[in-house]
Amino acid sequence: MTIDTPISANGAVHDAAERAAAAAPRKRRQLILALRLAILVVIVGGWELASRTHVIDPFFFAMPSTIVQQLWTWIIEGTSQGPLWGEVLVTLEETVLGFLIGAVLGIVCGIVLGRDKLLADVFSIYIKVANSIPRIVLGSIFVIALGLGMQSKVALAVVMVFFVVFANAFQGVREADRSLIANARILGASPLQITTAVIVPAAMSWILASLHVSFGFALVGAVVGEFLGSRHGIGLLISTEQGLFSPAGVFAAMIVLAVVALAADYLLTWAENRLLKWRPPSFADVRG
Amino acid sequence: MSALVTESPAIELIDVSLRFISPTGASLTALRNFTMTVRRGEFVAIVGPTGCGKSTTLNLITGINKANSGQVKVMGKPVTGSDPGIGFVFQTDALFPWRSVLRNVAAGPLFRGLPKEAAYTKAREWIKRVGLVGFENHYPHQLSGGMRKRVTLAQTFINNPQILLMDEPFSALDVQTRIVMQDELLDMWSSSNASVVFVTHDLEEAIALADRVYVLTAGPATVKAAYDIPLPRPRVTSEIRYQPEFIEISRQIWEDLREEVQISYARTQLATA
Ligand SMILES: Nc1ncnc2c1ncn2[C@@H]1O[C@H](COP(=O)(O)OP(=O)(O)O)[C@@H](O)[C@H]1O
Ligand SMILES: [Mg+2]
Repeated sequence: MTIDTPISANGAVHDAAERAAAAAPRKRRQLILALRLAILVVIVGGWELASRTHVIDPFFFAMPSTIVQQLWTWIIEGTSQGPLWGEVLVTLEETVLGFLIGAVLGIVCGIVLGRDKLLADVFSIYIKVANSIPRIVLGSIFVIALGLGMQSKVALAVVMVFFVVFANAFQGVREADRSLIANARILGASPLQITTAVIVPAAMSWILASLHVSFGFALVGAVVGEFLGSRHGIGLLISTEQGLFSPAGVFAAMIVLAVVALAADYLLTWAENRLLKWRPPSFADVRG
Repeated sequence: MSALVTESPAIELIDVSLRFISPTGASLTALRNFTMTVRRGEFVAIVGPTGCGKSTTLNLITGINKANSGQVKVMGKPVTGSDPGIGFVFQTDALFPWRSVLRNVAAGPLFRGLPKEAAYTKAREWIKRVGLVGFENHYPHQLSGGMRKRVTLAQTFINNPQILLMDEPFSALDVQTRIVMQDELLDMWSSSNASVVFVTHDLEEAIALADRVYVLTAGPATVKAAYDIPLPRPRVTSEIRYQPEFIEISRQIWEDLREEVQISYARTQLATA
């Protein structure tokens, strides 16, 4: 701070220039915010206008005002299946359970196979095959096998999450710096210690990046599972609204899902930055 | 019996040959009839042109590379591949980027089962020793190249290695920092009883540090000549290089080394032509 204090005669000029320089990014942020708002207004306003003037058919595409009305009704009076927050909670529970189970399985399998060449060679073919199956189709099997309860949705979410996390954990282990492993060995680390102290931290940025993406996949798994057959949840709500030919209801449910997904993304980013605070800032900012 | 054990040199390579077989099946002889002895407590430097087989030699001593013929003995016994008495300083930065300075330095004792508190106490002593007090909680990327090397030295010396292998440890540093680090290394080594093999392509560095300098031939590597460096210790590496004796030794060894460097250079010219 003391170094920055202007001491020369034209210090005041420096000061003004510096203040102007500091103001520039603030101006830019304001501009971006204003432009974003403008786009939102144009799209939402245009949609509303087009529907009201019947340029597009509000029966099929709804309009923003009816969507907001629908949301409001759900919040105040609850949905046909019960209070809105209850439905959100059901979907969230399935998503989080599926996410956690899938992530843990993916990380463990990725690390084990990444560390063991023989296992990797043996299983790689099966993983490729399993990965090429459109996994959503498994949802039908799960509903048949596990019923309309929570298990079938969790199972679908697990399957959605597992492969993404597995692939990243595996790759992260394979990319671990050879010289760090050699150094750990020389310093006296056992194979288990090499895994916990070198391999896992080295693979961590890969794993965390995959967790980020795969939470969204878990949500898709849970919602599609509910869609295919359930008694509660946002997926069922969408399916019901679809049956009622109520596009406003479908859009309103979509907004609820988007809020859940964004909140989860925010939490995951926060956790990621805490876990990877050892990285140089330029590295951590890439996603930012 | 015990007298016999203490007699055995720290490291012996006896008539060692080593071939690498590439995936395409081509074989490359990296070492041929290589013989070298490092006495206990001795500081040996190895110089030779790039790619001649210096790193390969160190990897023989740690057991990463296996000789096709000949013997490699550490402390009189054949190498096992997991000798806790060996320390290794790598050419590339091998600090754990996710560990703070304190936890990097404490890594060895922690891996070897020392309780956390004891390991950290020991690590703090070494951090003080290398002049990094106040940087305990910094991460490697927050340090300069010279500071990272200090952390590396502390990380290695904290294990009290009997054998210290160093593979061009200072080659990535600027000249001033390198000379400072050379003095620090000599200081740490003098208060340990480690036998050192220090690989470098910088002849002056080799002479300034070592008791004995081995000059290797352009690959396949074999010992072309070995020189005793009778310069008195303790040495100050920044000053020693201006002494007439140093310059004379340097000139002698350079005669040998130059030929090999030229051979090696001619080969790369041929390969790229
Ligand atoms: N694992 C390996 N497989 C095949 N060739 C190798 C391997 N390691 C080193 N070599 C070759 O052996 C020679 C000596 O390498 P190295 O010991 O690293 O040289 P330097 O003296 O520069 O340390 C080089 O030609 C290198 O290409
Ligand atoms: Mg080398």
